[in-house]
Amino acid sequence: MTARMRFGWLDVVVIGCVVALLAYVAYRVHGHLVYHWNWAEPLQFFFRRDEADGGWVPNLLIEGVIITLRVSLWGAVLGMAIGLLAGLGRISQVALFRMISRGYVELVRNVAPVPFLFIMFFFVGNQILKPLGLEGVQDAVSPATGGVLELMFGELNLLRNFAAATLALALYEGAYIAEIVRAGVLSIERGQWEAGDSLGLSRLHQLRHVILPQAVQRITPPLANQSIQLIKDSSLVSLLSIQEMTFMGQEIAHSTSRFFETWIIVAAMYFVVCFGLSRIYARLERRINKSRR
Amino acid sequence: MTEGGIRLEGICHAYEGVSVVTDLTLEVAPGELVCLLGPSGCGKTTTLRIAAGLEPLQIGRVIVGGAEVARPGRELPPEGRGIGMVFQDFALFPHLNVLENVCFGIEGRDKAARRALALDLLRRLRLEDRAETYPHTLSGGEQQRVALARALAPKPAVMLMDEPFSGLDVRLRDAVREDMLSLLGDEGAATLMVTHDPDEAMRMADRIAVMRGGRIIQEGTPDDLYRRPADRFIAEFFSELNVLHADVEPGGQIFTPAGCLETQEIACGTPVEVLARPEAVRLGENGANGHPARVVQARSLGPYGIVELAVEGQQCQLRCRVPRRALPAVGDTVGLALDPEQTFVFPREDD
Repeated sequence: MTARMRFGWLDVVVIGCVVALLAYVAYRVHGHLVYHWNWAEPLQFFFRRDEADGGWVPNLLIEGVIITLRVSLWGAVLGMAIGLLAGLGRISQVALFRMISRGYVELVRNVAPVPFLFIMFFFVGNQILKPLGLEGVQDAVSPATGGVLELMFGELNLLRNFAAATLALALYEGAYIAEIVRAGVLSIERGQWEAGDSLGLSRLHQLRHVILPQAVQRITPPLANQSIQLIKDSSLVSLLSIQEMTFMGQEIAHSTSRFFETWIIVAAMYFVVCFGLSRIYARLERRINKSRR
Repeated sequence: MTEGGIRLEGICHAYEGVSVVTDLTLEVAPGELVCLLGPSGCGKTTTLRIAAGLEPLQIGRVIVGGAEVARPGRELPPEGRGIGMVFQDFALFPHLNVLENVCFGIEGRDKAARRALALDLLRRLRLEDRAETYPHTLSGGEQQRVALARALAPKPAVMLMDEPFSGLDVRLRDAVREDMLSLLGDEGAATLMVTHDPDEAMRMADRIAVMRGGRIIQEGTPDDLYRRPADRFIAEFFSELNVLHADVEPGGQIFTPAGCLETQEIACGTPVEVLARPEAVRLGENGANGHPARVVQARSLGPYGIVELAVEGQQCQLRCRVPRRALPAVGDTVGLALDPEQTFVFPREDD
């Protein structure tokens, strides 16, 4: 007997069943659904010819991916910051911080994401970001700065919407990140705190130099997982008129009436982005583990 | 009281209404090493944690270097007490290398000075070539020495050590112990060490305080405790004992199967137990003196031998320890005598 797994008769039966099922589905789709696949039409939304000079330029789908990545990136950065604060708040020695953080986490966890995002979007957009005067940014900065900002945040005349939606998403994800941070800090042995105590460090110092570095190492896998979750959750901001992948998919599906093809393409794009990211994370994790022990 | 050192005064402590430390007073002078010795659950670790400030003080006072650092409701946090602590599991910081671990508690000064100080400590513990490695790559003994260096680096006036050797195997203990004692001696800190191992306490301590049920029941030099234990519990702590039952006869005479003793303190007619350490049972020439006994078993343990004896006409068996050369053969008849120096008489409490 070799140590390696071999196919037994049971595996053959199982695989046979799966193949049969797939064949049946294909047969039903082909023979009974009478659906005429047309991939060409939605696929042209990847790139289009520029009317002026005839070169290829990104079309709606590519623009959507870029905006999805933008929203996810800023959402992750803000979400981590919020999550870190709220997570530490949860285990603070100050009762007020504990109460605030607890309230925030429980609110997010027990409210459906769509109403939460709407409420936050309108509240943040109107009450917090409006007074900041983000509308004027476009005119206030030089064209060069404007270009950089545009690369980072998208079209500047939509900046307030973008910021409000991203912040709403970050607030949603932050609650889950807070729980991860809390678990990470609590997983560090009490002896580490006490060792810090006996070496004459204040609690803040211990947290910064002893506890968090170790906690971060432990929570890297769940944090990576959460960031992939965040990319998928970012499809929710299509409801807030942010023109990311899902939003574009909807547009294309409606305008071409190729629902199947369009959504399969959009789904595949999410898969490529998320799976690619998870492979990168797995690599990083292996590297970290190798250097650590 | 002395300047410097640490003094615990009238410490009482209870967890959820269950008293674990009762009215404990203990003082450690600068440069002195005191062991708190007792079985697990006797409150010794709690005492240490109270001294360190890791456990809130309920009743009593803690004085470090002549200044009160804790009384109920008014405590300096651990970081303000000028103490160093070595933990049972060492609690090294796994994300920092050895040098960074040791540098950690050193305050102020520039980075180079901190580094130099830490390297000096490491060198004295023969760890300088480990400075750049991470704790998980070290052996137990090395980790233990790093923990000591880290605790000593901020130059604490008081060192507290919680079972510092329990994680090490026996051979390693001896080596680390020597390093530790010499470094502690150099630094001149007052050291309070908790242990459940009497052998370790005997080897390391200037003074031993034996704890049971939350109280210190005897305090003294290792020799005091070994030669003049206050009760059976303490006597038993340091070696196994032969226990013989007898009554005090007129004139303070006590007759036991292994020989007779005298007592002045215990009243005539009191039932007593006579406790003889294995080395207190002396073997004479065959029937030469003392009570005859037959050798049931004789086993050499290297430097010395253990002999099991059955006393003629008695139920009891005795165990005694003899130099290896004097090991009798099984079946021999020998004469027994008790060394009164290492035999203790206490009134019988039970039955």
